[in-house]
Amino acid sequence: MAGALLKQQFESELGGLLDWQSRPAPDTVPTGIAAVDSAIGGLPRGSLTEIFGPASSGRTSLLISMLASATARQESCALVDAEDAFDPASADTAGVHLDRVLWIRCGHNAEHALKAADLLIQGGGFGLVALDLGDMPAAAARRISMVSWFRLRRAVEYTPTVLISLARQSNAKTCASLMLECARERVAWSGAPHCSRLLRGIGIRVARRKPSATGVAHVLLPLW
Amino acid sequence: MYCCLCGKGDLVALAFEFSPTVERCAGHGPAPLCVTFDASGLDRLFGLPQDVAAAVSRRAAETRVKTNIAMASNPDAAICAARGFSGVSMIPYGDEAKFLGELPLGLLAPSAELQETLERWGIRRFRELAALPPLGLAERLGPEGLRLRELARGERERKLLPLEDAVRFEDEIDLEYPVELLEPLAFLLARLLNGLTTRLATRALATNELRLRLGLENHTENGTAHERTLRLPVPSLDAKAFLKLMQLDLEAHPPPAPIVHVWMGAIPVKPQAAQSGLFIPAAPEPVKLELTLARIKAIVGEDRAGLAERLNTHRPDAFRMHSSAGPWPAVRSHPGRLPGNSGRRIDNPPQVANLPHKNFADREEAGLLTLRMFRPPLPARVKVTAHGPSYIAAENIRGKVIDLAGPWRTSGDWWALDPWQRDEWDLALSDGALYRVYCEPRGWFVEGSYD
Repeated sequence: MAGALLKQQFESELGGLLDWQSRPAPDTVPTGIAAVDSAIGGLPRGSLTEIFGPASSGRTSLLISMLASATARQESCALVDAEDAFDPASADTAGVHLDRVLWIRCGHNAEHALKAADLLIQGGGFGLVALDLGDMPAAAARRISMVSWFRLRRAVEYTPTVLISLARQSNAKTCASLMLECARERVAWSGAPHCSRLLRGIGIRVARRKPSATGVAHVLLPLW
Repeated sequence: MYCCLCGKGDLVALAFEFSPTVERCAGHGPAPLCVTFDASGLDRLFGLPQDVAAAVSRRAAETRVKTNIAMASNPDAAICAARGFSGVSMIPYGDEAKFLGELPLGLLAPSAELQETLERWGIRRFRELAALPPLGLAERLGPEGLRLRELARGERERKLLPLEDAVRFEDEIDLEYPVELLEPLAFLLARLLNGLTTRLATRALATNELRLRLGLENHTENGTAHERTLRLPVPSLDAKAFLKLMQLDLEAHPPPAPIVHVWMGAIPVKPQAAQSGLFIPAAPEPVKLELTLARIKAIVGEDRAGLAERLNTHRPDAFRMHSSAGPWPAVRSHPGRLPGNSGRRIDNPPQVANLPHKNFADREEAGLLTLRMFRPPLPARVKVTAHGPSYIAAENIRGKVIDLAGPWRTSGDWWALDPWQRDEWDLALSDGALYRVYCEPRGWFVEGSYD
C-alpha cells in the first residue's frame, strides 16, 4: 500500500505515469549494409541475433559486413568459427580490420564453438561476437541443446556485446531477439557464356523473422 | 639509524624493499649472512624505531625470511647485535657499550693471533675489551686492537658500502618429496608468484615475461629440466592471472616426470599506464583476454586461436595466426581492397551501377560477396566437357553445372621448393549454390562456396 502511495506521489511530481516494468529498448548498431539497416533497424546490443539461410544465400557476406562495420568503429570482435570457413582474404577485401578480429577455429566441433563463445562473452570487452555454424549439417546443429542457447543469451544480456549466430536454419528459437533470414534471389553474371563469362555477384533478400515478420531488404553483393 | 638483518633467505631483497642504501657483509665461516641498510627517514613512514623494526619483521614473515633484526645508531653496533641476539634488538643511542657488553669477542672476528693474545689476557666478552684503556691497548695490539675496542664499545662510525640493486626477480624452492600432480604444484607456484609480484610492486615494476624451470626427478643429473615461458602482451602484476595461465600452460605441456625443484624468474619492466578515452569503445582487458585465450586454446588447440594476418603472396588461402591477441591496435585506414577471387589488386573496380540490376543498395553500402572456405579443400570428381566442368561430385556437394566462369589460371612460387599452379572456376550448381573449384596436378578440389 505504501509502495503504491509512493508511486502515486512520484507520478504526480513527475507529471505522468511511470513505466516501472518495461526495459529500455537496446542500443542498436549498423550492419554495414544500408538497405538492411533501414529494413531491420540495426543489430541490438546485449542480445542474440540469428542469421540463417541456405548455402550461397549471402549470410556469410552479411556477417562479414557486420564485422567490417564493427571494426571500423574500433570495436574488438571475435569470430568463433565452428567449421573453419573464415577466409581472411575475403574479409580483408570487404573492409574487415583483421587485427581487431579474434579468430577461433574450432575444427568442425560445435561443442568447442559454444564453449569458446561462452568464454569470450564472459571475458567481456567485445563489441561483437559471432558464432559461425554455417556449414554444419542441420541434424548436428539441431543437437545443440536449448540450454546452451539460453546460457549464451543470459551471458550476453546487459552487456554492450552484439552476439550473432549464423547457421543454415534457425536453432536458437526463442533465445534470439532478432532473426534474419537470407535467401538468394539471383546470380549476376556478365559476358558471353563459354567466352568472357564473369561472376559479378549475387542478389539476396534479407527478411526479418523476429521480433516481427516485417522488413525486407534486397541487396546486391558484388564479388569485388 | 641503521638496521641489520642476519639470517637465512633473500635478505638483500628484503632490505631493498625498505632502503636503497644496502650493505652486504658475508658471514665468517659458518656465520649467517648479514645485510645492513640505512633506516634514516623511515620514521616518517612508520613512526618510532620500534615501529620500523616491527614493519621489517612483519615483511620478513610475509616473505618467509628468518632473520634477526637489530637497529642501532651505527652500522657496526647493529651488525654485532644482529649476530649476537636473536629476534628484534633495539639499541638506544649512547647505550651501545652496555647493550653489547655480554657478547663474545668471537663475533668481532679478530685475527687468530690477536684472539689468542686476548684470551691469554682473560678477555672474552665485549664488556671486558671495552673497559681496557685505549693508549695501552694501542701500544700492545696496534691499530687493530683499537678498532676492536671501538667495535666492542659500539662507537665506530662509518658509512655503508652500498650494494648495487641487482634487479633480478627470481625465486626457487627445493622440494623434499617429488610432486607428481599439477594441483599441489599450483600451491608452490602461487607462493613464488605472490613473492615475485610483491617484490616487483615495491619497486613500481611489473612483468611481461615469466620463466618457469621445473627440476625433474632422475633428470637433474644430466642437466635437463622442464622449462616454460609465459609472455604477456602488456606488463602486469596480477598474480592470480599468472597462476591460471601457468596452470593452463602446464596442463597443455605437462612435465614428463615428478618435480623436485621449482625455479621462477620474472623479467621486470615498467608498468603500462593507459588512459582510455571517453568516446573510445571498450576493448577486452589485455590480461583477462590472454587468460580467456589460454582457456580457449586449451579447448580448441594451441595454434587455432588468435589474430589472422594475410601473407604477402598470391598463394591462395595464405595467412598466419598470431597467437597473442592484445593489445588491440588503433584502426588504420584501409589501403585498398584486394579481390576475393584471385588475390590480384584491382585499382579500378567495375561500377556495380552498370550491372543489370535495379533497386539494390549503393555499391559502397552494399557489402561484398565473400567466400566460405572448405579446409581442407574437398577432393571432387568432375565431369569435363569442351566448355569446362559439367558435373561435380564431392563430399556433401553434388550437382550439374548450371553456369560457370573460368578458367582463371594462376601460379606462383615456381622459384621456390613448393610451387603452385591451378585453374579456377566459379560454378553455379543445380543444388542452388555457387562454388569455387580448382584443378591442379593432384586433381580437382572444391575450395569454397560463395556465400
